[in-house]
Amino acid sequence: MTTFADQPIEDHIAQWRAYLRRRQAVHGPDVEELEGHLRDQLTALTEAGLAGDEAFLVAVKRMGNLDALSREFALAHSEQLWKQMVVAPDTDAAANTSRTEILVVVGLAVAAGLAVKLPALFGLPLSPDAEVPSFYFRNASLFVFPLLAIYFMWKRGLNAVSGLWPMLPFAAAVVVANVFPFHNPERLGKFPGGSDTQVLTVLHLPIALWLMAIGVAYVGGRWFSSGRRMDFVRFSGELAIYYVLIAIGGGVVTGFTAMLFSAIDMNPGWFIGGWLIPCGAAGAVIIGSWLVEAKQSVIENMAPVLTRLFTPLFTILLLGFLATMAWTGNPINVKREILIGFDLLLAVVVGLVLYAASARDPQAPPGFFDGLQLLLVVSALVVDVVALTAIAQRISEFGFTPNRVAALGENLILLINLTWTAWLYASFVRRRGSFSALEQWQIGYLLVYAIWAALVVAVFPPLFGYR
Amino acid sequence: MDMSKDLVAASATPLVLAILAEGDSYGYAIIKRVAELSGGHLQWTDGMLYPVLHRLERQGHVAAKWAASESGRKRKYYRITNEGRAQLAAHREQWKAVDGTLRGIWLQACTV
Repeated sequence: MTTFADQPIEDHIAQWRAYLRRRQAVHGPDVEELEGHLRDQLTALTEAGLAGDEAFLVAVKRMGNLDALSREFALAHSEQLWKQMVVAPDTDAAANTSRTEILVVVGLAVAAGLAVKLPALFGLPLSPDAEVPSFYFRNASLFVFPLLAIYFMWKRGLNAVSGLWPMLPFAAAVVVANVFPFHNPERLGKFPGGSDTQVLTVLHLPIALWLMAIGVAYVGGRWFSSGRRMDFVRFSGELAIYYVLIAIGGGVVTGFTAMLFSAIDMNPGWFIGGWLIPCGAAGAVIIGSWLVEAKQSVIENMAPVLTRLFTPLFTILLLGFLATMAWTGNPINVKREILIGFDLLLAVVVGLVLYAASARDPQAPPGFFDGLQLLLVVSALVVDVVALTAIAQRISEFGFTPNRVAALGENLILLINLTWTAWLYASFVRRRGSFSALEQWQIGYLLVYAIWAALVVAVFPPLFGYR
Repeated sequence: MDMSKDLVAASATPLVLAILAEGDSYGYAIIKRVAELSGGHLQWTDGMLYPVLHRLERQGHVAAKWAASESGRKRKYYRITNEGRAQLAAHREQWKAVDGTLRGIWLQACTV
C-alpha cells in the first residue's frame, strides 16, 4: 500500500475518509475505491513536484463536492437512495420544509378524518348500533387516497397539469362506485341477493387506485423510471408495517377510552365507533405515509428481516399443504372466501419475492436464500396450478359467475408472473442471468395488476348485469 | 472551451465504455485517459466517474473485480461485458446520427 512519508497527509486522508463514511449513500467498498483514487492522484501530484499539502488540496478539489458526489452515488444505487433520508439536503432548506411539511401532513390527516364524517351530513351516518351503509365500503379508498395523492403531489412539486393525471382515476372511481346500479346494494356480500360485482368493486377499487393514482403521484409522474417504481413498492410495504404499528397503538387508546368512560358510567360507544376508529383509520394512512417518507432509516431493516423470517415459513407451509393434499386426495372446496384466500396467499408469495428483490444487492452472487426463494416460487406455482384446475372445473360444471371469472383471471396473472419469476430465478441461481432482470420483470408486472384491477372494477359490473 | 454539463454527462457513458473496450482499467486510469483523449476539453469531476461505473455495473454493461494494484493496494478493475459492447455499438450509432446531422447543417451554412 502506498503510504505517504508525510504523516500529516495520512491524517488528512483519514479525516477525508471519515467524512465520506458519514454519507449513508457511499458504502464501505465505494469509500475504499474513492480513497484509492485519491491516493493515486496524490502520488501523481507529488511526483510532479507539489508539496504534500498542496497536492492534497488539489486532489480533493478534483474529486469534487462530496454532497453532489453522494447524491450521484445514491442515484446510481437506488436501493441506497432509500437509505438516504433526504436526497438533496441543503440543511437550512430541509429544516424549513420539514416544519411546513408537518403542517401540511397534519392538515391532510385531519381532512381525511373529516372526509369520513362527510356522508353523515347527507343522511348516511356511521353508528355502532346500525350496520355500516355499503356506501362506505364502495368508497373506502376515496376518503383518503385523494388526500394522500395531494400530499405526494405537493411533496414532489408536481404542477397543475401533471397533477391532473393522478386525479383522473379518482374521478372515474367516483362514477364506478356510485353510479353503477348494483342489485340490492345494502345486502353487501350476503347470500342470497347480495351483489357479487359490488363485492368485487369493494375489493379491487383500492388496488386499482393505489397503483394508478397513488403510484403515479408517488413517483412524481415518472412512472416509467423503474428505480422510482421499486421505491414505490418499498414505500407500500413500509406503509403497511407502519400502519399496523399505528393500529396497535390506536387499539390501546380505544381500549383505555372505553375503560375510563365506562368507569364513570358513560357509554363511549358512539364516540369510539362513530369518530375515533373511522377518523383515526383514515388519518393514520396520511400520518403513516409521512412517517415512511421522513423516517425511512428507522425501519428500513424491518422489511428485509421480515422477508427472511417468513420466506422459510411460507415455503414449509406450501410444501406441507401440497403434501397433505397429495396424501389425502381431498379436493379444494371452491367457495368465494377460499378463492380470495388463495389469491391472497399467492399475492403474499409475490410480495415476499418482490421484497427480497427490493432489499437485495443486485450484484451479490446467488446464495442459500436465493435457493429457498426459488423453492418458494416453485411450490407457489404448483399451488396456483391446483387452484386453477379447481376453478376451471367449477366453471365448466356450473358456468361463469363474476367471482369465478375474477378468481380465474387473478390466478392466471399470478401464474404467468410466478412462472417467469421461477425461470429468471433459476437462471440467476445457475449464474446464467442477472438479478436485475428479475427485478425489472417484477416491477414491470405492476402495470398488469393495475390494469386487471381496473378491468374488474369498470367492466365486470355491466358485463354481469350488476349482479 | 466550456462544455455544457448535459453534454459532458451524456457523453460519459459511451466514453467510459469505449475506454474499457480498449482494455480493462480502473477509475484513476480512466480519468487520465479521458483527459488525454480530449486534450483537456472534457473536464470531469473525478468522483463523478464512479457513480457512472457503478450504474454500468448494475446494468451488466461492465463487470468489476477487486485485485491488487502494483503498489499492493486493493483496486477495483472494470471490464466491459458483451452487453456493454452491444450498448457501446448502439451509442455509437446514436452519436453518429447526431454528428452527421450537425455536420450537414453546418456544412450548408458554410457553402451558402
